[in-house]
Parts: sequence; structure tokens; C-alpha cells
Amino acid sequence: MTLKKSSINQTVDKEKFVKEVVSVYPNKVAKKRLKHMVVKSDCESPEIEANVRTIPGIITQRGCCYAGCKGVVIGPIGDMVHIVHGPIGCSYYAWNTRRNMFRSREDGQNYLNYCFSTDMQDSDVIFGGEKKLRQAIQEAYDIFKPKAISVHATCPVGLIGDDIQAVARDMTQKTGTLVIAFNCEGYKGVSQSGGHHIANNKLFEQVVGKDDSKHVEEKFVVNILGEYNIGGDAWEIERVFAKCGIRILSTFSGDGSIDEMRRSHQANLNLVMCHRSINYMAEMMETAFGIPWIKVNFIGVRGMSKSLRKVAKYFDDPELDRKVEEVIAEEESQAEQLISVHRDRLKGKTAMLFVGGSRAHHYQELFGDLGMETTVAGFEFAHRDDYEGRHIIPTLKPDADSRNIEELKVEPDKTRFRPRISPQRMEELTSEQLLGAYEGMIPDMNQGAMIIDDVSHLELEELILSFKPDIVCSGIKDKYIIEKFGVPSKQLHNYDYSGPYAGFRGAVNFAEDVDMMINNPAWKLIHAPWDVEPTLRAETVA
Amino acid sequence: MRKVAIYGKGGIGKSTTTQNTVAGLAEMEKKVMVVGCDPKADSTRLLLGGLAQKSVLDTLREEGEDVDLDDVRKPGFSDTLCVESGGPEPGVGCAGRGIITSINLLESLGAYDEKENLDYVFYDVLGDVVCGGFAMPIREGKAQEIYIVVSGEMMAMYAANNICKGIQKYADAGGVRLGGLICNSRKVDNEEEMIEAFAEKLGTQMIYFLPRDNMVQRAEIHRKTVIDYDPVSEMAGHYRLLASRIDQNDMFVKPKPMHTDELEKVLMDYGLFG
Repeated sequence: MTLKKSSINQTVDKEKFVKEVVSVYPNKVAKKRLKHMVVKSDCESPEIEANVRTIPGIITQRGCCYAGCKGVVIGPIGDMVHIVHGPIGCSYYAWNTRRNMFRSREDGQNYLNYCFSTDMQDSDVIFGGEKKLRQAIQEAYDIFKPKAISVHATCPVGLIGDDIQAVARDMTQKTGTLVIAFNCEGYKGVSQSGGHHIANNKLFEQVVGKDDSKHVEEKFVVNILGEYNIGGDAWEIERVFAKCGIRILSTFSGDGSIDEMRRSHQANLNLVMCHRSINYMAEMMETAFGIPWIKVNFIGVRGMSKSLRKVAKYFDDPELDRKVEEVIAEEESQAEQLISVHRDRLKGKTAMLFVGGSRAHHYQELFGDLGMETTVAGFEFAHRDDYEGRHIIPTLKPDADSRNIEELKVEPDKTRFRPRISPQRMEELTSEQLLGAYEGMIPDMNQGAMIIDDVSHLELEELILSFKPDIVCSGIKDKYIIEKFGVPSKQLHNYDYSGPYAGFRGAVNFAEDVDMMINNPAWKLIHAPWDVEPTLRAETVA
Repeated sequence: MRKVAIYGKGGIGKSTTTQNTVAGLAEMEKKVMVVGCDPKADSTRLLLGGLAQKSVLDTLREEGEDVDLDDVRKPGFSDTLCVESGGPEPGVGCAGRGIITSINLLESLGAYDEKENLDYVFYDVLGDVVCGGFAMPIREGKAQEIYIVVSGEMMAMYAANNICKGIQKYADAGGVRLGGLICNSRKVDNEEEMIEAFAEKLGTQMIYFLPRDNMVQRAEIHRKTVIDYDPVSEMAGHYRLLASRIDQNDMFVKPKPMHTDELEKVLMDYGLFG
């Protein structure tokens, strides 16, 4: 299929588009899907339906609870062993697929490349899998002596009721190594989002704030939450922070170390990248330890600079301010030099983003740096606050699915709670929307842009045909659908073997990659056989 | 070969009734295989003279895939063939999945082949229809006729009604039919009339009324069926009659399970105010 590049955002009648795309659905489905599609208009931020059950058959991009817990939040922690309790497929398909990277610390421990599974068989389902799980933990401990072991429940484990929490407690005692069990059975909740929450809860209960042995003296000490070090993103962020004189105590969980997480309660500020997957942790750490949090975005040159300035503002230190501005000036000019050549070729091109619960927002900043416009964007598993901002949280009503996921009751820690700033300053920075605030994706989008939650296969195809984007960023499930339309696709779940894309140097990498993809004529040279010659032949019979 | 499954509330006497009835059929020179579908693996104790049986699932677990029919099938009273499906200990794993695996294994080992010349297969299934696994014998035509053991006690009748719902669900797909209710008397007032009325409402019959007789317990403590232990006793006669009624039965229906209030009305009419 060849697409004529003639349209930009303004030329598509969005209301007509929405009407047409849902017209092929059964009435009930159309009614539901309509609530997931909005157009950004001049008036106030529109309301969008999100975090509800996917309609069977629409072919969703979403993953499962287990994917959110093991695949996203816990899996990247590199110095612990992650055991998947279940049939082998669940483990195999979560093995290094997100390209989270880890650099071993002084102790040399790094298990990220391994794939641990209990390989549950028919007889384990019948007789229960606890015995096999115990053996697996023991074996992993005997061979590797890791600092901690995680156990992730898959669907059958929940169905047969293996008590993985009891096994974890026993094995913690027996081996003297922390074993954390996550009841993240795939069927829980409506998407991977439930798994993020489950992962946050257990990490908070069993890991965070458990080690006071090394006292942290410095002032400019932060944790980065919701940064998963895909393609080395976290290292680029770390490089820039180090230059500014800001120490990253712990990253949740890209390049994450369990030891560092145990000490993370000593940081003076939490920086939240992926709001959706980790805001629970930020909130709980604030309540328990008194660490305020700031929503940041390290994607894009301007995004990175803006985030650094937010950090400097919080610490309110002239020397830090000066250093940060110096670094920004230096890094921006270096990046700009390298990006400008690509911008010349990319200016005016359009992108669509269907990914994550934060990434579809973050990358709009980077496309902006390249002079590109994001015409349509949507999340896979975000909640309404990720679209519309945290101010709507009090209006969210818990439904049957969200009630299924435990909400921890957190109290200030008796010995470890310590206010980081004065109440007056806290109030000031809160009212300025610096602390504990996230305005969501929609306010940052252009007038007339479309927002589609949990996009379906059909909707994606129709979007490509109508909006004719120059690039679509999404995940593995839809990558090849997009490419079949002759449109390049960049996976933002793993960067397709490239990266890092975060920070200043990451932005340069992204500019190079996107330029190569969009301006590479390969996609336009490929034609389906039926486009080139007719597939039906007929002969006249006398 | 007739494929029969016996269901009923836990503790109602399914295993006892099944084995005593099978003993009656065996006396009539019928070739019968009994498949116990209860994780406790005690469905063939009376025919075997004790718990001499290693279950299919235990064997499968210990021997791996290399299992022979003789490893899991033992000859019992009067040339009956006894199999115990087995399963996990209480509170772990999935017993339902075990039954599915076990019946599939028996099939692949040829336990149902024509050369076995079976007249009957009896499935003795645990408790109520709990989940998909326990419904296995009535799914996919593994069992064609069901008898429900019941008494005049309310909960037994509730369970029987529930089991009818399970049968109804699979009646169209698997062709399973209800053959009747076996009343195992608990000496409830008006029991016989009440179960007859109950059966009629369900669209079936009370195929036999087994009176309460301590002979059953005496035989049980000696690990024997009544026919084996005291062939001339009155109770042995009852079991023989039940066996021949089943053998001659030609009333196979899709049951019509009742709403709870309808069921309670039967109890009121015949039980409490009878």
C-alpha cells in the first residue's frame, strides 16, 4: 500500500474519522470505544475513559499483570534472581525483551541475562507447585548466592492456590536471603497496570528503608523512580546528574540494585519518570519517610533541561543552580549541533505514539525537539490521571477490577520519617505544582490532536490511512502491522536494539534513528504483489 | 459398554452404594470397571478388600510416562476391575485437573478398548460438581448416564439439584442423561414419598430406595461389600435389586433442575408438614 504524504493534522476531520471508525463495531462496542477517543479542543481538557476492561476481540496492545510486575518493575533489578513460577512460556517471553540494562556493582553480581523458571508441568498443577518452587529457590540460592530472590506467580499458580507467600517466608528463613513473592497472576486487573502496583507494594514493604548501615551525608541526593534503563537510558541521566553534582542513590528499577533500594529512604528527593508504573512508590515513600517527589521527563533536550531545573529549584542552592545552568548550556549546545542536521530533514513530519502509561507523553517532547508534530497519541494501560492530571484522582471511583489490587495503608516511619523541607516551603512548592504534581499528557498536546486510549488494531490501521503519519512509535504487537503500511515503526518498549534515547545524548541518538527511518526510502520501495500486478487472471473462452 | 457416573453430596454414601451395586452387577456376570474420581482414593476399598490400590496419578508421578494398564488397574471382587484416579492432598494443587489427566491416561492405555469386553464403567465422583475437572466424567461423553445418590435431608437434595444443573449444562453437548435418583435412606420422615416427588419434579425417577441397615457398616469394617460379606442378608438382596434395576433401566432424561424456592416447597410439603 502506498500512502500519499499530503496531510497534516489539521486536514483530517476527526469527528468524522471517529464516527467512521466505530461504525463497524457492534453498537455496544462502539459506545464503549467512543469514550476512549477524544480530540483536544480549545475548551478545557476533555475527559477520557481509561483503565477499564479491554473489549474482547478488538486486539489490544495491552499486556497482563505478570508482565507489569516481572516484566516492567521487578525484572530490571540486576543483582537479584527472578524466578517465574509457572509454565515455561511465561518466563521465556519475559526474558530480556525490554532490553533493561544492568552494570554489576563491586560484588560482581548480575543475573539479568538469566531466565529462571519452575517450568510447571501437568503434575505440578495437579499436586501443587510449592515443592518445586522450594527446590527452585534452593537451587538458585545454592548456585548463585544472590542478594535476594523474587518469585512471580503466573495464572495457574493462582488457580491452584500455591501459597507462594508462605514458601517465600520459609525460604527466607532457611537461606538467610530475602525471598519476595509477588502474587501477580496474569489474569488480575485489566492490564499490566495492576502488576506495577503489586510490585510497588512488595518492594515498599520488604525492601525500601531496610538498611540504615551506610549513612548518606550529601544534600543533593535523589532517587529516580520509574526509569527502566532501556538501552542504557539511566546511564545517560546518571552522567548528566553526576556532572551537576547530584547523586543518584537508587534507581527504580533500571540498572537497579536491591542494596541501593534498601537504602533509598535516605534520599532527599524522588524523581518520578514513569508516573503510571511507580507513582504508588513515590506516594508511599513520601508518607513513610518524608521524601517529596517531582514529576520529571528526561526524554528530549528541553525535557531534560526542564527536569534538571526543577531539581535545582527544589534544592534551592545558588551553587547548584549555577552548576545546573552551566551543564545545561554545555549539553544543549552539543546536542543542538548534532540534532540540527536531522531537524532540517524531519521538520514538519508527523508522529503517532501508542505506548505505555507515560512514554506516549514523554516522547512528544523529543519529537518537538526534532520539529515534528505528534498528531495522535494514546496509552496502553494508563489511568485517567495520566491523561488528565492528578487533580482528577479524587473523582476516580474504584471499580471491581481496581479493588482487586491491594492499596497499602502507609504510616510515617517511627524512626526514619524526616521532613526534607520546611512546611512553608513544602506548601509553596506544592502550590507551584512542582511537588507531587502531574498534569498528564493532554494539556501538553496541540489543539486538534487526537487522544486514543488502549488503541485497537482496527483503529490503528484506520489512523494510519487517514492521518498518514511519518512514523508510529508503539510496541512489538503492532510494529509489523505498521510496517506493512510502509510506515516506519519504532518500538518504545525496547528501542529495537538501539538507544539510549534519554537525556541529551539520547536525544541525539533518537534524532539519528528517526531520520534514518523516515528518510530511508526502503519502505516506499516495497510493494505488495497485489499492488504491482493483478492477482486474478481471466481468459476468454471461445 | 454403558458408562455410568455416580454423583451426590459428600458423605451420602456414593462409594458404598457404587461398590455394592457393582458387586450385584458382577454377580450377574457383568464385566465392570470402577474408576474412583476422588483424591482420597477410597472408592474401590470394598471391592479390593482394603486400600491396596496405587492411584493413576501417583503412578504417573513416580513412573513418568512409562505406565502400563496393570500398574493402575487391579482386579477386585468377582472379576471387577478397579482404578483409583487419586489426586493431591487436601488444600493443594488441582484435583479436577488430576481427574482429567487420569481419565485421558486410561483412555490412551486402552482401558476402554473393545477387547476389554466391558459391560459397565462406573465413575465414582467426589462431592458436588465443583469445577470443570470434576465434571470431566460427564463432559465429552466420558459418562452417558448419571445416578445421583440422595437422601431426604435438605442439603443432600440441594446438592442433587445442583448436580442436575451440571448435567443439564452438558446434556446437549455430551449427550449425558440422568438415569435416576438412588435414595440412600437416612430415616427422614416421609423420605420415600418425598424423594419420589423430588424425582418427578426433576423429570426423572427414584430408581431405588435403599433402607438404612447396619449390615452395610458391618461389611464396610470388614472391607467388603454386603454381597461379599453376607450374601444372604436382606441388604444384599436390596443391592441386587438396585443392580438389576440399573441394568434394565430405560429412562434417561435431561433433568429439569428446580429453583431454590421450588425445592424448599417440596421439602415443606413432604418433610416438615407431611
